[in-house]
Amino acid sequence: MKFFSTLGSYFIMLKGMFTKPENFKMYWKELMHQCVEIGIGSLGIVSIISVFMGAVSAAQTAYQITNPLIPKTTLSQVVRDTVILEFAPTLVCIVLAGVVGSKIAGELGNMRSTEQIDALEIMGINTKSYLVAPKILAALITIPLLVILAMFLGIWGGRLASVATNIVSADTYDRGLVSGFVAKNVWFALVKAYTFAFIISSIPAFYGYNVKGGALEIGRASTTAVVSSCVLILFADYLLAAILL
Amino acid sequence: MIELKNIHKGFGDKQILKGVSAVMETGKTNLIIGTSGSGKTVLQKCMVGLFEVDSGEISYDGRDFSSMPEDERKLLRQQIGMLFQGSALFDSMTVERNVKFPLDMFTDWDHKKKIDRVNEVLDRVNLTGANKKYPAEVSGGMKKRVGIARAIVLNPKYLFCDEPNSGLDPQTSMVIDLLIKEITREYNMTTVINTHDMNSVMEIGENILYMYEGEREWVGNNKEIIFSKNDKLNEFIFASEFLRDAKDMRMLEEKGIIDNDRNMDDVMRDPEANLLMGDNDKRVVN
Repeated sequence: MKFFSTLGSYFIMLKGMFTKPENFKMYWKELMHQCVEIGIGSLGIVSIISVFMGAVSAAQTAYQITNPLIPKTTLSQVVRDTVILEFAPTLVCIVLAGVVGSKIAGELGNMRSTEQIDALEIMGINTKSYLVAPKILAALITIPLLVILAMFLGIWGGRLASVATNIVSADTYDRGLVSGFVAKNVWFALVKAYTFAFIISSIPAFYGYNVKGGALEIGRASTTAVVSSCVLILFADYLLAAILL
Repeated sequence: MIELKNIHKGFGDKQILKGVSAVMETGKTNLIIGTSGSGKTVLQKCMVGLFEVDSGEISYDGRDFSSMPEDERKLLRQQIGMLFQGSALFDSMTVERNVKFPLDMFTDWDHKKKIDRVNEVLDRVNLTGANKKYPAEVSGGMKKRVGIARAIVLNPKYLFCDEPNSGLDPQTSMVIDLLIKEITREYNMTTVINTHDMNSVMEIGENILYMYEGEREWVGNNKEIIFSKNDKLNEFIFASEFLRDAKDMRMLEEKGIIDNDRNMDDVMRDPEANLLMGDNDKRVVN
C-alpha cells in the first residue's frame, strides 16, 4: 500500500512541474546552473571511470582470447560493443546515481528542512517547477552527453591499455573498431542514457523534496534515493535490452 | 486585515485547530501565542497556504483565500512576506542576492533599480554594507534582519513572522521586535507574529490571540493581558514567580496604586491593591 502511495506522490510531483514559469529568465538561469552542476561537476569522475573500464575490458578480453584462430581485431570489437552497449550507459549512470543523486536529494532535503522551499512557496513560486524541473531537464541534457564522452574515453582507454601492454598494435585495434560496427547500438545506448538520466534526477528529487525532519532524515533520504535509483536503473536496463535488442 | 472564521484543521485522527476565529488588524502587530502544540504554527501555515484548512474561511481584505484559485493565490502571495524561524535564507546566495531574489523573480526592473531597492531595505534593517556576505558568515540576529529585508523588499501588505526571536539573546530579540513594529507602521502592513517570547508579548502585542489546545482561548492586547483573569493565559504568560511579580507590579503601576514616592507598606494596606492581586499575589508587597 505504501508503495502505491509513494508512487502516486511521485507522479503528482512530476505533474506539478508543468506550470507556466513565473519568470522565464530565472528558470533558464537555474537550468544552466544545474547543467554546470550535473554536467561539468561529474566530468572528472566520468572520465576516470571510462578510461579504466575500457582498459580493464581490454585486458580481460585479451585474457580470455586464447585461441590463435580468433583474429586480434576481435579484442577492440568486444571492447567497443561492451563499452557502448553496457559500460558507458549503465556503469556510468550507476556511478552518477551516487554522485548526482545524493547531491540532488541532499540539496532539496536541506532546502526543505531549513524552510527554504516554504519561503519560495510563500513568495508564490511553484517550487516543483523551479527546483525540480531544471534538475531533471539538466540531467536529460548533460547525462547523455557524458555517456557519449564515456564511450569515446572507454574505447580510447582500451586502446591505451592494449597498446601499452603489447596485446595488440594500435593499427590492429583501430581496424577492429571499424569492423562490424552497428550504429543501432549507439542509439540503444542513448535511449538507455535518457531513461537512466530521468531516473537519476527524478527519484532523488522526489525523496529530497519530501524530506520531513532534520539532518538524519536528509541522510536517509539520500541513501534511499541512491539505492532506489540504482535498482531502477538495473531494472530498466534489463527491460530496455529485452524490448529493444 | 486578515479574518479567520471557524478554522478547522487536523492531521489524520488528530484535530489541531478546532474552530478558530480571529481578526488580524492592519497597521498593527498581531501576535499568536500559546504553548508548544497549541496549534499556532499550524494556524499560521494555514493562513499563508502552506496547509489547506479542512473547513472555515481565511480572508485577506475580504478576498477568500481558502477557496481562491491557484493563479489568484499566486498573485496574493506576492503581497505576503514571511520571516521564518530559521530565517530560511538561500545558503548559496549572498545577502544581496537573497534580498534581490523576489525582485528578480517578480519585477522587470533593471539591475540598478533592483540594487537601489536592496540597499534601501538593507539600510532600513540596519545592515548597510553586508551585501556581499553569505548567510553562513553573519550572526543569528543579522540573519533575521536579512530575512525581514527579503520579506519587505516587494512592499508586501501582509507580513508573517514565525518565532522571530528564537535563538536570539534578549537584547537582539528586542531590536528585532521593535524593527518589526516600526516596519509594520511604516508600510501599514498586517503583521502576524507567532511567538512564545514574553518580552515580545509585553512590548509589541497590539493584538494578541492566545491559543490553547487548538482553540481561541483569549484575545486582547498587552495592556489587557496584565489584568486578565484567564487562568490558562496567566499560567502560560506568567509562568515563573518573577513574571508573576512583574505582572503585579505592572498592574499596580497601571492603576496608579504604586509610584516612586509611595511606601510599599501603604500599598499593602490599600484595599484596591489587595483586590487587584488577590490573596495569593500579596507576596510582591510583602
